[in-house]
Amino acid sequence: METVRYIVSRLLQSLFALFCIIAITFFIARLAPGGPFLDDKAVPEHLIKQMEVNYGLDKPLVVQFAKYLGKLVQGDLGPSFGNKGFTVNDIIAQGWPVSAVIGFLGLAIALALGIPVGIIAASRRNTNVDYTLMGVAMLGICLPTFVIGPLLGLFFGLKLDWFDVAGWENSSAWILASLTLGLYYAAYIARLTRGSMLDVLNQDYIRTARAKGVAPLKVLFKHAFRGGISPVVAYLGPALAGLIGGSFVVEQIFGLPGLGQHFVKAATNRDYWLINGTVTVIAVLILAMNLVVDLIQVWLDPRRKLKS
Amino acid sequence: MKFRSTIQQSDKLACQRSEDSREAEPEDSFKMNHHGMFANPTGLVRGILVLALAAVLVSCEKPDRIKEATKNKILRLGNGAEPKALDPHLVSSVGDSNIMRALFEGLVINHPSSDSEHVPGVAKSWDANADFTEWTFHLRDNAKWSNGDPVTAHDFVYSYNRILHPNIASPYSSMLYFLKNGEAYNKSEIDDFSKVGVKAVDDHTLVCTLEDPAPYFPDVVKHTTWLPVHKATIEKFGEMTDPFTLWQRPGNHVGNGAFQLTGWRINDYVKVRKNPHYWDSETVKLNGIDFLPLDNTFTEERMFRDGLIHYTYVLPANMIEVYRETQPEILRVETYAGVYFFRCNVTRGPTKDKNFRKALSLAIDQETIVKYVTMGGQIPAYGFVPPSEAEGGYVPPNKISFDPEKAREYLKAAGYENGADVPEFTIIINTSEAHKSIAESVQDMWKTHLGIENVRISNQEWKVFQQTVQDIDYDVSRAGWIADYVDPNTFLSMWKTGDSNNQTGWSSPDFDRLLKEAAQLSDIDARYGKMKEAENVLLEELPVLPVYWYTRVYALHPDVQNWNPLLLDNHNYKFIDLKSAD
Amino acid sequence: MTTPPPISAVEHAAAEIERGSSLGRDAWYRLQKNKLAMISLWIFIIITIACMVVPFFPGIPNPNKTYPDLKSMDAFQSAVSKDGDKIFYLLGSDYLGRDIFSRILYGGRVSLGVGFLATLVSLTIGVIYGAVAGFIGGKLDSAMMRVVDILYALPFLIIVIILTTFFGNKLWLLFVCIGAVEWLTMSRIVRGQVLSLKNQEFVEAARSLGLSNWRIIIRHLIPNTVGPVIVYTTLTVPAVMRLEAILSFLGLGIQPPNSSWGSLIKEGADRMVSDQALLIYPSIVFAATLFALNFLGDGLRDALDPKTSKD
Repeated sequence: METVRYIVSRLLQSLFALFCIIAITFFIARLAPGGPFLDDKAVPEHLIKQMEVNYGLDKPLVVQFAKYLGKLVQGDLGPSFGNKGFTVNDIIAQGWPVSAVIGFLGLAIALALGIPVGIIAASRRNTNVDYTLMGVAMLGICLPTFVIGPLLGLFFGLKLDWFDVAGWENSSAWILASLTLGLYYAAYIARLTRGSMLDVLNQDYIRTARAKGVAPLKVLFKHAFRGGISPVVAYLGPALAGLIGGSFVVEQIFGLPGLGQHFVKAATNRDYWLINGTVTVIAVLILAMNLVVDLIQVWLDPRRKLKS
Repeated sequence: MKFRSTIQQSDKLACQRSEDSREAEPEDSFKMNHHGMFANPTGLVRGILVLALAAVLVSCEKPDRIKEATKNKILRLGNGAEPKALDPHLVSSVGDSNIMRALFEGLVINHPSSDSEHVPGVAKSWDANADFTEWTFHLRDNAKWSNGDPVTAHDFVYSYNRILHPNIASPYSSMLYFLKNGEAYNKSEIDDFSKVGVKAVDDHTLVCTLEDPAPYFPDVVKHTTWLPVHKATIEKFGEMTDPFTLWQRPGNHVGNGAFQLTGWRINDYVKVRKNPHYWDSETVKLNGIDFLPLDNTFTEERMFRDGLIHYTYVLPANMIEVYRETQPEILRVETYAGVYFFRCNVTRGPTKDKNFRKALSLAIDQETIVKYVTMGGQIPAYGFVPPSEAEGGYVPPNKISFDPEKAREYLKAAGYENGADVPEFTIIINTSEAHKSIAESVQDMWKTHLGIENVRISNQEWKVFQQTVQDIDYDVSRAGWIADYVDPNTFLSMWKTGDSNNQTGWSSPDFDRLLKEAAQLSDIDARYGKMKEAENVLLEELPVLPVYWYTRVYALHPDVQNWNPLLLDNHNYKFIDLKSAD
Repeated sequence: MTTPPPISAVEHAAAEIERGSSLGRDAWYRLQKNKLAMISLWIFIIITIACMVVPFFPGIPNPNKTYPDLKSMDAFQSAVSKDGDKIFYLLGSDYLGRDIFSRILYGGRVSLGVGFLATLVSLTIGVIYGAVAGFIGGKLDSAMMRVVDILYALPFLIIVIILTTFFGNKLWLLFVCIGAVEWLTMSRIVRGQVLSLKNQEFVEAARSLGLSNWRIIIRHLIPNTVGPVIVYTTLTVPAVMRLEAILSFLGLGIQPPNSSWGSLIKEGADRMVSDQALLIYPSIVFAATLFALNFLGDGLRDALDPKTSKD
């Protein structure tokens, strides 16, 4: 019952947060100079004014916002200025599967590589194994995606000819893209895991378990894991948001039509409704992930109560 | 079984150890077991994963996509940015125009190899009156839309009405100001389209009445803005002037070109396939074209090398040398009717002074820029309008050069004893490696030859850049202009007082008068003479600092046939073919 | 017999032992024993000092002076430009003939500056915010975390664009923007830690002693979060530098012709097929600095955490 009450109250809070996000984004997007109608060749004033009337951009901002909200609750995210012929719903529907694939696969790679590496490094603290693993992890963090991506593409795509170098349709480039994304987060998660596992492994209850003669593996996975994994779980929220919304660079490098590109292009094109649409989608994702993550953290560490 | 016994074994050892020494380090019990099974489970899982991955990789064989594409006669083109629309009245960029040329056909179309010849499109012939102010186009009677409807002269009248209509706010409608009263209609000064100079005398005869004589008019109507649209389709999905309707989508889209729209996925592709109703479909050899919106030039280049596309829209400057040395036969470097220049704000700041602008211009070492920075065989510009290579073609006055001595004299004439006295001013560019390199070298040239210490570079985000230039709120701004049609007018009319593409604040009554006089002349040599005088005025006052004339530099797969250099690089795809070398 | 007897060596030693040592001294002593951490510290100090003093070094070429005709030269080359300038390229020249070595050093000033200031900003705000939220809990915690959620979801890019247009492309603006984004994750991690810690006995003990909340947070809880905080800091510095590089990718970061490690690496990545030197040298320096920070951070962590003492 307490859990249910907690979830309901969090949902209400999240809805309020969502409203704030949509409102703030709506108004600050208008503050940026330039508008959606400026073009490569100069567009005469009278035409820009006409376009503003066509799209209802000449009305007072508050009125526009109210209209936008009205359409939003019906699920209509509006038309896109930069991509005439498509609505924001269309654009998000087209981009979503691409981002989801590389996002989730990237996250899976990150967790599958990062957590074990972190645990091993922690258990072998300050040995050569630890230094090597953390060194490799550091390399993953140091080299930005716009270095690793093309390197992977050049090596596995062009030289070894195993994968396509770019493209989405009929292409295997998404594997390289997921790998590029995943490696960075894997390195990050490995470092986080090692750090928190080290903390946990020095706790008294671990000492007790070992003194009692519990098998080392059991100590590691049954006793230490739950506490040690906590920062990683806390990090999952921002990680997933970053993977889906921030994969702009990777999408550019591998020519993938995902949401990350829209996030950035909408901003650079001042495509107001697309900006709002993408921000809303990412916001929903972040809020949902944060709720899930908080619940998992409580399950992992029963000492932590939902309310204090 | 084996696992459990090893655990029990190590448990025992752990117990013994902790009995032996009271200071047993917790870490030691781990270290002791690292031969044991601690290392194994992760190691085992890892091993399985690696094997699985290897199996997948070995069994996967990457198909040779380019070979397949050529075999199926599907041309795969890198096309720059994602199209804003697939409606000829709503697009303005070069990439979008490429797609429009595949989906629609105008009155006149481009010749596959000659810039001066005109090939009949929907119009099988045309003629003009004595002073080139009235043009009559005779349409063929077998031209059809992709849904089978016949193409008539009324379609063209409807289309010109649509693009000039103020409500649709077409960004490029100024191209139709050639028509009498076109500008007035577009600016809502008149609201009766029948007053505008275009009439359908009958189903197959179209008469255009122009504001001024234009002997080059058949060139003008090749442009994207003059393409026809299908009335019934547009009005099925909304009003004539509603810019956002669903008629552009695959399945709804109707055009009269050699190809029809079969697929459109944002940031992924625009696919067109052969239009069976096209009047000349037997001549069309390609089965289809895939336009790929690859705006990252490095990704596009990698895709070309990986055998995924037949053509790159551009080539990054550093790759030009590489291709020149390793694969010169696929590198194309062709003259392109365009000019790279800097705009100067003549209304304020140090750039207000004509002598200062002259000093800046004379201090730009154009040779160095085209040789070492852009490396694409560009031509240092000695004027503004690119010179024509054709017989009797237009050649600009020879007034721009690199002369540091003279530059310093003009700097003094502007009132600066030395460069350090010049107040701070900024070059603005929009985000691009190419613009950055050029701006960096120009900034350094001004430092070196003129001693100007306080010149900054500001990299502005695209929309901010457009707004800043539109508002004339800059000092010096990077710029480029590509011809819309093959005539010097396309480069000069933008500098008229108050033209929306002027954006420098420069106004010269002499220049305006000379251009207007040139517009009245129908004799080509006389016209060119007057325009040269006008350009002389422009180059004397230098609201712009020309740097070089463009070249098109790109990579083209040898399978592509009949792709010839064209000044405006507007290839008509009905003449292109794909044939494998083997 | 009025002169006092000389102090013997044994008595001297005994006096020393009684003097005792503080947590800080113990930590420093432990750190010194960690060879890897000390090497890292030295590498880090050398790189930082090199970047700081480079403008005062007469022999280093101007990083922004272009010699387009001397582009893409190899390392250890001396050359003379068209105008008669003599330059020695330690690591070669870039695509405009500028000296890579000096560009790396000058770029380091920007990157290290951005990296540290932004991290410091995000550290300070994030730790305090997260600790307060976690400790106080209840409605305040919920409200504070919802604010974090909201800030997370806002389009960072739009905000950066708006700020740069209002304030211009100033470097301090960059620090502020980046710091303002990074503190969010730090606060969540610290809050998580504090939530786990606050139910432990030592907190109860402190409370029963009558310590105020603020004192408990500052003197007891925060020091116990030092482990994950240090680890996260060694992750934040590279994240900040990467973010700076991505902003350069979009034209919003350091303005040309000035360089930062991020923009140099980006220039190198773009040209990796034709000019490998542009990518390799800045990447090595970048990686070396971050490696050093990483192992230094680990060493600090080990040194400061009382539970890891081997005695």
